[in-house]
Amino acid sequence: MSDLSTLQQSAYRIRRYALRMGEVQGQGYIGQALGWADVLAVAYKHAMAYEPADPQWEGRDRFLLSHGHYAIAFYAALIEAGIVPEEELETYGSDDSRLPMSGMATYTPGMEMSGGSLGQGLSIAVGMALGLRLKNSHAVVYNSMSDGELDEGSTWEAAMGAAHHRLSNLICLVDINNQQADGPSGKIMGFEPLADKWAAFGWHVQRVNGNDLPAVVAAFDAARALAEDKPRVILFDTLMGKGVPFLETRDKNHFIRVDPPEWQQAIAHVDSTQTEGAL
Amino acid sequence: MNATTEKKPRLTTSAMIASIASEGQRVTAAPFGKAMVELGRNRPEVVGMTADLAKYTDLHLFAREYPERFFQMGMAEQLLMAAAGGMAKEGFIPFATTYAVFGTRRAYDFVHQVIAEENLNVKICCALPGLTTGYGPSHQATEDLALMRSIPGLTIIDPCDALDVEQAVPQMAEHAGPVYMRLPRGNVPLVLDEYDYKFELGKAKLIRDGKSVLVISSGFMTMRSLEVAQQLQGDGVDVAVLHVPTIKPLDEATILAEVRRSGRLVVVAENHSVIGGLGEAVASLLMRSGVATTFRQIGLPDAFLDAGALPTLHERYGISTAAMSQQIKGWI
Repeated sequence: MSDLSTLQQSAYRIRRYALRMGEVQGQGYIGQALGWADVLAVAYKHAMAYEPADPQWEGRDRFLLSHGHYAIAFYAALIEAGIVPEEELETYGSDDSRLPMSGMATYTPGMEMSGGSLGQGLSIAVGMALGLRLKNSHAVVYNSMSDGELDEGSTWEAAMGAAHHRLSNLICLVDINNQQADGPSGKIMGFEPLADKWAAFGWHVQRVNGNDLPAVVAAFDAARALAEDKPRVILFDTLMGKGVPFLETRDKNHFIRVDPPEWQQAIAHVDSTQTEGAL
Repeated sequence: MNATTEKKPRLTTSAMIASIASEGQRVTAAPFGKAMVELGRNRPEVVGMTADLAKYTDLHLFAREYPERFFQMGMAEQLLMAAAGGMAKEGFIPFATTYAVFGTRRAYDFVHQVIAEENLNVKICCALPGLTTGYGPSHQATEDLALMRSIPGLTIIDPCDALDVEQAVPQMAEHAGPVYMRLPRGNVPLVLDEYDYKFELGKAKLIRDGKSVLVISSGFMTMRSLEVAQQLQGDGVDVAVLHVPTIKPLDEATILAEVRRSGRLVVVAENHSVIGGLGEAVASLLMRSGVATTFRQIGLPDAFLDAGALPTLHERYGISTAAMSQQIKGWI
C-alpha cells in the first residue's frame, strides 16, 4: 500500500524509464507507455502481491500483458517493481536482450505471457483464474489489454466464459486511448457503449479516468473488494503521450518516431512534473 | 427409377458419422474417455476441457467421473486453447477436446502462440481427423497434419485403433510439452491387439513384415494397410506394414532402416491430404538422406472433398481397403 504521492512518483519513474528505452530505439509505442503508466504504477505499487526476487512465486497476483506492444511500458513497470534491473533498459529491443520490442514470456522475468497476437490475454486469464480457483489460491489474475483488442472476437468469447464460470479472481484492465494502428479506435470499429457491453456480458464494470491516480486507486480497490462472484473490468480512459505535451497532441501517435533531441525534451517535460527533479 | 432393378441400399451421411468401424468389426467404445478416467485416478493435475463437444469426443466419461476437473468452455475454440494454456501455466495438464477442423484451422494462432510458443503442457485431442465424417469440408480436417506439423515443438500423434489410443493417453500426460492427437471416437476399431504391438511415443513399429511392398502408414490407414496385406497375400504380393503413430517427431531411424531394406516398393498411406502430411514428411526424409526408392503416396487429393457416406467417400478418394489394394497391385 502506498500513499498517492509515492504512487505519483512511481508513475513518473515508469514514464521516465519508458522514455529512456524509447531513446535507445529512437521510436516505439511510447504514447501508450506514457498513457498507461498511472495504471501500471497502481497495479505494481498498490494492488498486486508479488516477490521481486522470485517472479514465479506461487502466491503472486498474475499480470498478463495481452497487448505485447506495450512491453516498453511494462518493462518500465517491472523495473519500478524491482523485478528487472534498471541497467537493463539500455538493452531494450537489442539483439539478445531480455527486453524484446514485443513482450514474450520466455524472455523476461515477470512476463506472464507472450502477447502481441492481440486478443489472447483474456482467454489465457480465464484458464489461469480457473486453475487458481481449483488450487484454492487467493491470487488474482489481471489482464491488461488495449481498446483495439475489443475488435477481436476471442475477447468476447473470453468475456462470456469468465462470466459463465463466475471468475471473481479475474480483473480486466482496458486501456481506452482511442488510438489503434489505422487511426482512432472508435472509427476503426466502434465499441461504445462499452460499459453497457461488459455489463451485459455479466461483468462488474467501472469506467474511470486512467490518468487520475486517486480514481485509478479507488477503481482497483473496488474491483478487489467486490463481494459478487463475477469477473471485474475497469475501463480506463487514458491520454496517449500523457505528461509530454508535444506527444499528447501529436496526431498519429500509435507508433511514434521521435527525433533524437526530442527524447531529451520529453524527459525534461516529465522531469518538470516532479519537484524532486531528475532521477 | 426402374422398380425391377435390384437396388443397393443408399448409404446416408448421418448413419456413418459415428464410427469408422466396418460392420462386424471388433470395437471398443470410447477408448479415449475410458483412458482419461483411468489417467485421472492417479493424476489429480489432469483436467478435461472442451468446446461444446464433450459427448462427441468421449470426454463426457471424464466429466462424469471428475466433474470438478472438467471445464466446459462453450463453442469457443480460441478460448478453449488459450484457457487450456492458462491452466497449464498454473501447473495442470489440460486435455482439450474439439473437432480437428476447429482445433487446427479455427484456433490455429492460439495453439501456435499461446500453447506451442511457450511449450505449455497442453494435450489437444481432436476428433474427426482427415476424412472421418461425411459432412463435407466444414468438418473434414484433411489438412490438420500439414498445419500442426509446421508448429515448432508440437508432438503429433495419429493413432490407429482403440489400443493405440488407450496406450497413448498416459504417455501423452507423461510427455512434458504440447501434444496434438488425432482422436478416433465412439466405437473405435480394435486391431493391433492381435499383433505383438505396444504404442511408444516417438516410435514407428513394424506391425507385419513382407518382401514386395513396404507400406508406411498412420492412423486408421494402418488398419486398412493390414487388411490390404491380407488381401494381397492371396495374389502372392507380400506386404510389410510400418505403423507410424507419432507423426512428429518422426522416427527417422526406423523409417530409413526399413526403406533401406532393398527391393520393396515404398507406399505411404495416410488419412490426410497428399500435401504436408506423413507422405511428404517421409519423402523429404528420404531425399535428405539420399535414399533412392520407388515411392508412392496414398492420401486424399488436394481438393475440397465431397459430402456423403464414409464408405462411398473412402472408395471415391482411394483410401478404402479395396481401392488401396487395386492401386498397389497396379503399381507392382
